[in-house]
Amino acid sequence: MSDRRNTASTTREEVEEFLYREAALLDAWQLDEWLALTTADCGYYVPPNDKPDADHRSTLFTVADNHARLVERVKRLKDPSAHAEYPPSRTRRMIANVRIAGGDGDIIDVAANFVVYRFRRGGDRREYVGHYRYKLRRENGTLKIAERRAILDGEELGALGAVSFIL
Amino acid sequence: MIERYVIEDRARNTFSLSREALVSPAVLEKEQRAIFDTCWIYVGHASELAQRGDFRTRYVAGRPVIFCRDKGGAIHALLNSCRHRGATVCREREGNARQFMCMYHGWTYETDGALKNVPGPEAYGAAFDKRNFGLIAVPRLEHYRDFYFACFDRAAPPLAEYLAGAKEYIDLVVDQSPSGRMEIIAGVQEYDVKANWKLLVENSVDDYHLPSVHTTWLNYMRSAGVNMRPPKEEGLLLPSKGSGKDLGNGHLTTDNVNFRGRPVARWISIYGEDAKGDIEAIRRELVARLGEDRAARIADTNRNLVVFPNLALNDGSSVTVRTFFPVAPDRMHVTAWCLGPAEETPAQRARRLDAFLTFYGPGGFATPDDVAALEAVQQGLAAWREVGWSDMSRGMAKPADAQLNTDEGHMRVFWRRWSELMDRVR
Repeated sequence: MSDRRNTASTTREEVEEFLYREAALLDAWQLDEWLALTTADCGYYVPPNDKPDADHRSTLFTVADNHARLVERVKRLKDPSAHAEYPPSRTRRMIANVRIAGGDGDIIDVAANFVVYRFRRGGDRREYVGHYRYKLRRENGTLKIAERRAILDGEELGALGAVSFIL
Repeated sequence: MIERYVIEDRARNTFSLSREALVSPAVLEKEQRAIFDTCWIYVGHASELAQRGDFRTRYVAGRPVIFCRDKGGAIHALLNSCRHRGATVCREREGNARQFMCMYHGWTYETDGALKNVPGPEAYGAAFDKRNFGLIAVPRLEHYRDFYFACFDRAAPPLAEYLAGAKEYIDLVVDQSPSGRMEIIAGVQEYDVKANWKLLVENSVDDYHLPSVHTTWLNYMRSAGVNMRPPKEEGLLLPSKGSGKDLGNGHLTTDNVNFRGRPVARWISIYGEDAKGDIEAIRRELVARLGEDRAARIADTNRNLVVFPNLALNDGSSVTVRTFFPVAPDRMHVTAWCLGPAEETPAQRARRLDAFLTFYGPGGFATPDDVAALEAVQQGLAAWREVGWSDMSRGMAKPADAQLNTDEGHMRVFWRRWSELMDRVR
């Protein structure tokens, strides 16, 4: 059940708390718990570095998951055969500049900046820098992610190599 | 450096590759001269330059290049280096230009490379002739069905001759378009792999690794309702196991019966029920235009083609155009695009892009694991002084025309050609 309470009744503090909790779940690889924060129609997108504002239906993205694909992505990431993320990377997310950017109906548009550090053995440290654009929606009073867009600032992925974890 | 990197014994069916070829800075330096300065190297696709004045800047075999269409419509690959003091004269990724102006001292060039204007010309003597100072083009630029290649060796054979049997496999891609116009779709994937560039040649055509590296992708496909069992042998165009082929001049391909879906034109459950009719319509167009046999050849087979030395055309879940250049013995830059028929409808285009991402790219369900495998190889290669040789003999006991896609016969094609070209240069 979606809930009519929208932008006006949502505070930045509540949104920040939600994003921090999400970041903690992802950094702890509690991926099922993270998935529970998404709506059944949630989309997850990482646009290509050269076309950050593009539409995934006409432009090749790095990631363009509908909810079904996202469920499969989580399943994959929990499997030791997901070699790119086994052993799982250690990640640490810094979320900042959180803003409620607008809203439409029951959708709350949220913007935030991120730095995600990713560590693997052998001195392998990569920094993913960019911003998130969320569409949040209340279901039974709690905020859920209806759309999540992680937009990287780099001109190319380059030394970051892959977006093999959930960014 | 050792004398021979590839040692083949056809009597004993052994094929050994020196791991020094994958770690040595001296080998990389020699490859630049023996391979990248003598072979035809992929630059870009005509569709990237739709309008007059359109340009794309990129690196080709280590050189900064402006790939552009001039005012008259002709396509060029100009070396992006001002004739005055060397600065790149075009610093944007892509766009449309009336001219290229060097930001350092303002020398200005036409879109065909001719020097147009030099600020303060009075300071140069009477002998200074602007006609001698145009941007220098790559020595050779030729295309095959809109795929443009450069060659830095003026004495090289023409591209069409160089491509040899690879042309037939490029045709199988281009003929998917009713008008013969394929296009590069917006959105480029540029990423580094911490591995020797030749490992990606092998990986692009290595079907032996599918069950071990891509377990999670296979699980995903099954979970999405796709039948991943190879089809029965009877009545198929190709053996159900697939094959690895030598196309001449170091080019090679896998050639497999498709059972995992193709936007042109084989439906799988991932496309959704409502796409069934559309896929059938695409198929009917193929049959009407090309006949039953040719249509089946295009729609019912997957092919991963390597054009020697560093272009892969993966015609599977979608069409990937992927090129890669070494930047160090243990690092490469990869650039990958998605290719599709120019006349695709928005729904068909969206389906193609979605299918691409199920497998390919730095966020796909398979490519990151390929990268992990190549990086694991490169880490292991650090023991090259003690563990000096890799084995590439799989399938060797069988005749050359019986090599499977899961054998290494097609990879030996690459390595023989590589070895031959390296031997030509001291």
